[in-house]
Amino acid sequence: MDNLSVNVATPQSPQALSLEQVLEHLAATFSTLIISAHIDRNHVVVQIDKAQVLPFFTELKNDKKLQINALMSVTGVDWMDSRDDRYEVVYHLLSMSTLARLRVKAALPEHKPEVSTLTSLWHSANFMEREAWDMLGIVFTGHPDLRRILMYDEFKGHPLRKDYPLQGKQPRVALRYPEVENTARQMVRSGLVAINKKKPSVEGV
Amino acid sequence: MAKELLNVDFGVGGLATFMKPHQVGDDLHSDTMILNLGPTHPATHGTIRIVAELIGERIVDAEVEVGYLHRGFEKMCETVDYNQVMPYTDRLNYVSPIINNIGWCLTVEKLLGVEVPKRAQYIRVIMSEISRISDHLTCLGASAMELGAFTAMLYYMQAREYLWELIEEVTGARLTISYGRVGGLKDDLPQGFASRMHKAFEGVRRHVDNCDRLLSRNRIFMDRMCDVAVVTGEEAISYGLTGPMLRASGVAYDVRKSFPYSSYEDFSFEIPTGTKGDSYDRFSVRYQEIEQSLRICEQAMKNMPDGPIVLSDPHICLTPKDQVYNSIDGMITHFELVIFGVEPPVGDVYLPVEGGNGELAFYTVSDGTGKPYRLHVRAPAFIHMGIMRKMLLGANVSDVVPTFGMVNMIGGECDR
Repeated sequence: MDNLSVNVATPQSPQALSLEQVLEHLAATFSTLIISAHIDRNHVVVQIDKAQVLPFFTELKNDKKLQINALMSVTGVDWMDSRDDRYEVVYHLLSMSTLARLRVKAALPEHKPEVSTLTSLWHSANFMEREAWDMLGIVFTGHPDLRRILMYDEFKGHPLRKDYPLQGKQPRVALRYPEVENTARQMVRSGLVAINKKKPSVEGV
Repeated sequence: MAKELLNVDFGVGGLATFMKPHQVGDDLHSDTMILNLGPTHPATHGTIRIVAELIGERIVDAEVEVGYLHRGFEKMCETVDYNQVMPYTDRLNYVSPIINNIGWCLTVEKLLGVEVPKRAQYIRVIMSEISRISDHLTCLGASAMELGAFTAMLYYMQAREYLWELIEEVTGARLTISYGRVGGLKDDLPQGFASRMHKAFEGVRRHVDNCDRLLSRNRIFMDRMCDVAVVTGEEAISYGLTGPMLRASGVAYDVRKSFPYSSYEDFSFEIPTGTKGDSYDRFSVRYQEIEQSLRICEQAMKNMPDGPIVLSDPHICLTPKDQVYNSIDGMITHFELVIFGVEPPVGDVYLPVEGGNGELAFYTVSDGTGKPYRLHVRAPAFIHMGIMRKMLLGANVSDVVPTFGMVNMIGGECDR
């Protein structure tokens, strides 16, 4: 198998871009898609509008100069009343070839914390967006499998929101799998794995 | 059949509906079977649940469930000050806790805009690398044992014991260490540490070499590991893999080289990479990284600079005890720091370090008070779980164990 052509850079390599070069390129190429871009503590920070998330990342992934290849982290911040838009979704991107690192932020309003998913661009978005939804309640529209990941299905609320109490109590959950039915087949949640859709099995389960 | 299945692109999240009973033959009784592995299973050393849908022994679909060890790390950290987060970070990747400590220290220091003295940086490097070796030894030993090579595990554990004795000598603890401090370290190296370190490394090298002879060309071991769970470089990047998982797929990305922190640019070391991206490559990348880490420790020890190990800023580091007890200024600054904590300026920071399993990063938002407003951990183990389903599709049930072992999921880090 020949392995791909990611030429990983070190800070000394000629293809490594400085922060200023990255910023300049962003301002020149993506001016219509971004609101602002600046350098904060040796990191390029980009502010975009939530409607531009998918077009911006699509363009960014195809950009020949920055060569952004990995989505490293998706998370969010709950700003409560200190900002007009309560939530903020934060993406971290990395280019292994040019050593550009970007932090991309988009503000989301309290009544509709929705943003489009990036699962069509990076596979890693799948788990990370599920976590952001689970923890902060940010909805990623178009995500194929937006379920809770760290908490259990019956959990009420989103624990990392600032209005979720530190020792918040949760309703009790009924025993999910009575012992008489505690077989592997019954332990699979309905809809989790598509089994027996066409015909019931011989045992009639 | 395995080859064909591995070449199918299953996409994200969608269920594999390509292989239903009618393809096997309706005349046979050929329903799929559900096999549940975990959350408590001897081979899943970490609480994870894999629900596999099987035809015969072949996995045609798999669902990976994480979250059984979720403790609310990020929520807890919002309620304590920056130095009090340290013991919580020990419990992320508990096999290499010092790397977590130091990652957190560096994050807060970047937020504050300070850099610790050179000697502290070198000691951090030594302790990180010792932790990394013990992480790799645990991973290799546990995986070998799960494949039946119990002897190899005992040798690996003995090698780890030499290192943990060193760690115990420096930090006073073996597992939950809390060795880092914002602005420096808890303690300096003890007298005569260098000679004991070299002696311990001799032991580690001897045992690792023994295990190499036991495992690396072992027919049974290779049959179980080679060509299992192949991940190409492009897939690895798309799934966000880092660390040995990514390097086994042929991408030589290492945070220590690409984004040097804590003086890593001073040391010469190589980045071992794999060629195929299978489980055996992950094994051999980890095996080679042990030697590189030993080299880094020896270089750091040889060139160890003199000087303090903490910053002298009383608003970041505790004032020396003789000043606290004998001067009013010292006592005031001590009390201020203990009561209010370190108070970094408003802003946010994302700082990556090379953890045992990949890029470990803390994204921290400060609102100017003594407590972090928001803290998010980019946990490599969690992100690596995202590719488990892809790696298992088309494999045999018996491949689950070596695949999972070489991903080296650490429950504390994955579920936080």
